[in-house]
Amino acid sequence: MVLETTGGYWSPILWLVAFTVAFLIAYIIWGMGEKKYKKGEQVKPFLSGLKEPPKEQVHVKAGNIYWGFTETLKGYYDFMKKIHTGIVNDYVLWFIGMAAIFFVVIIIPEVIK
Amino acid sequence: MNWLLMHSSALLIAIPLFAAFLAPLIDRVNKKAMNVFVIAVLIITQIIMMILAWDVFTGITHVYVMGASNPAAAIPAQAAVPVRIVFEVDGMGAFMGLISTTISLAAAFYSIAFVKKETGQGRYYTLLLLMVVGMIGMEFTGDIFNLFVFLEILSISSAGLIAFRFYHGDAVEGAFKYIVISSLGALMVLFSIGLLYGQYNLLNMAALASVMKYTVLDKIALALLVAAFAMKCGAVPMHMWTPDAYTIAPAPITAMLVVASQVSLYALFRVCFTLYGMTLNLTTIGIIIIALGLLSMFVGVTMALPQKDIKRLMSYHAISQTGYMLLGVGVGLYLLGQSDFDTYGMKAMEGGIFHIINHAMYKGLLFLTAGAIFYRIGTRNLNEMGGLAHSMKCTTVFFIIGALAIAGIPPFNGFASKLLIYESAYHVSPILSIIAMLVSIITLASFVKVFHSAFMGPPMEGVEAREVPKSMLLGMSILTAGIILFGLFPDIVVSNIVHPAVQALADQAGYINSVIGGV
Amino acid sequence: MIYNLPFFAVALLIAVGMYAIIFRRNLIKIAIGIILVESGVNLFLITLGYREGGVAPIYTNLPPGIEIPGGMALPVPQALTLTSIVIGVAVTALILSFIMRIYRHYGTLDSRKIRRLKE
Repeated sequence: MVLETTGGYWSPILWLVAFTVAFLIAYIIWGMGEKKYKKGEQVKPFLSGLKEPPKEQVHVKAGNIYWGFTETLKGYYDFMKKIHTGIVNDYVLWFIGMAAIFFVVIIIPEVIK
Repeated sequence: MNWLLMHSSALLIAIPLFAAFLAPLIDRVNKKAMNVFVIAVLIITQIIMMILAWDVFTGITHVYVMGASNPAAAIPAQAAVPVRIVFEVDGMGAFMGLISTTISLAAAFYSIAFVKKETGQGRYYTLLLLMVVGMIGMEFTGDIFNLFVFLEILSISSAGLIAFRFYHGDAVEGAFKYIVISSLGALMVLFSIGLLYGQYNLLNMAALASVMKYTVLDKIALALLVAAFAMKCGAVPMHMWTPDAYTIAPAPITAMLVVASQVSLYALFRVCFTLYGMTLNLTTIGIIIIALGLLSMFVGVTMALPQKDIKRLMSYHAISQTGYMLLGVGVGLYLLGQSDFDTYGMKAMEGGIFHIINHAMYKGLLFLTAGAIFYRIGTRNLNEMGGLAHSMKCTTVFFIIGALAIAGIPPFNGFASKLLIYESAYHVSPILSIIAMLVSIITLASFVKVFHSAFMGPPMEGVEAREVPKSMLLGMSILTAGIILFGLFPDIVVSNIVHPAVQALADQAGYINSVIGGV
Repeated sequence: MIYNLPFFAVALLIAVGMYAIIFRRNLIKIAIGIILVESGVNLFLITLGYREGGVAPIYTNLPPGIEIPGGMALPVPQALTLTSIVIGVAVTALILSFIMRIYRHYGTLDSRKIRRLKE
């Protein structure tokens, strides 16, 4: 049940046991919490006194997730968009170019020798 | 039983090939009968493959000589020219064969409902079975020219299937790009076969490997072969066709295309380890493959993050995961022949090879869930989705399992193979492991995005999203069962399936000896 | 020198074909480029089988005084070329039918305009 890796081992069964134990402990702690909670009363978020908008309006669309990440790496992404042209000629050019590069890299150790 | 085992490698080609051309005929009579027929053929193929693999994994290399009175006999030592057509199934070939048949079976189950409304189903299944033939042929062949033939069978049938929904313009566009780039790649393979044949008058891989001199012409051939197969497996920067083709193919075909890419990966490893082997300048080739792996991992995952099309996002992840396999096996190739190989190199290759089967399963599953979403709501755009978890509960569970597996969250199968790669790549250079882990984190991040925008949130308006038909669920649950089992018992899988495959790949002399009998 | 002529032809065919695939924008011309590369590779294969003064490799019909197998033209490259030609026909047919479909959907054959799938 133990997968030997070079520097250690990995046992999913052991991991599951540990996970279950941790979950039980967390559950017990959670069970010791406040009992007087009433549903629907304390869950309304406080938005500076404004009314909470309906769920449909606050759902973040896929295009907006990780906006910050792509904005930070704008240079990288612009470059990537530039090379992903979608033109079939360019695809072939990349392929031939890489074949040439491989050949040069393979032949270089001989030349240096 | 003995007869079946002896002829199994030929039967695995013959049965799907014969069935492929029978399927449209049966389709004329009865559609249901054809579905049953195709599934039955694929189940039989799977059973034969398992019997063969069971035997091969005990350490026996199967050799099958076409047309010989005793097909198991290798090439006679006194023959002047070894021109016989040979199938050679070693651990690696059987391992890849198992992947191909399993994913094809799941894809065929899924297809029953998925293409129900389309016309030309008979031809769809013909091409699907031809893809199986091409994949198994590439894995089993011991002859470098047949490698080219099966590569072309695979490319042509894949291109036909990518364009299956030809009434969408972009489906034909993707298929056109695919066939142009892959036929050019195959021609380069053929050219390098010609270069090798011109020098040695040999086409048999084992015989070629035994006389390989690594001349300048061999180096040109190597560069072309590595470029062509790396392109076909979608390594950056020759990956651009991958998202185009994967996105517009029908979902079960995309799952099979993932395996088709991995078969090209297999061919790449076969060329490096078996055909050239120790004559190579191993450091250079190892560095090339590691560099391709790192580039694929990083570019693939960063390009996946901002995608809005769900299948395009997953296609970029397929590229990035291919990088892990290239990294793992590249580290092995880099260390081959050094004293470190038996410890770190072996483990790295085990990680890389184990990742192939893991990736085939979870990426297949993810593409199938994407297809299920497309089947119900008719769009692949993530911005137009939302709240599918309310109505498609099984699909949601399958998606979560697939997403956790691809991100390498324990206890699913992706973690075990990634751990092997991280730990052994660390010994070559810590930077490799750091990049690999970073990529894993971004992978998780982008699947959180998919999960959030497709499944969470309020239900969609105006679209009636229900659970998908049973046959699609069956196809997905086959793969899910595999993911969970492989996740819980990685040690059994590694020692029984992956280790024989790695040993077969690393043992060039064994491969040569089993064909030409110690010449 | 004269025996190397076919190899120059091979290089020329492949180079012209590559040029067409990489720099021509018309899809039909790209298809022609692929066919040219394929012809080049086929010519290369068939040239490999040539033996100076070789006879047809039929054992039962062998003229006396021919050594085996040195004096015979190699049969294998011809089989390879035949296979490769057949595959080439299939690929060409597939590419041309795709081009036809693309023209129907996009109304153009310019590869720069056929890029709905990108990034």
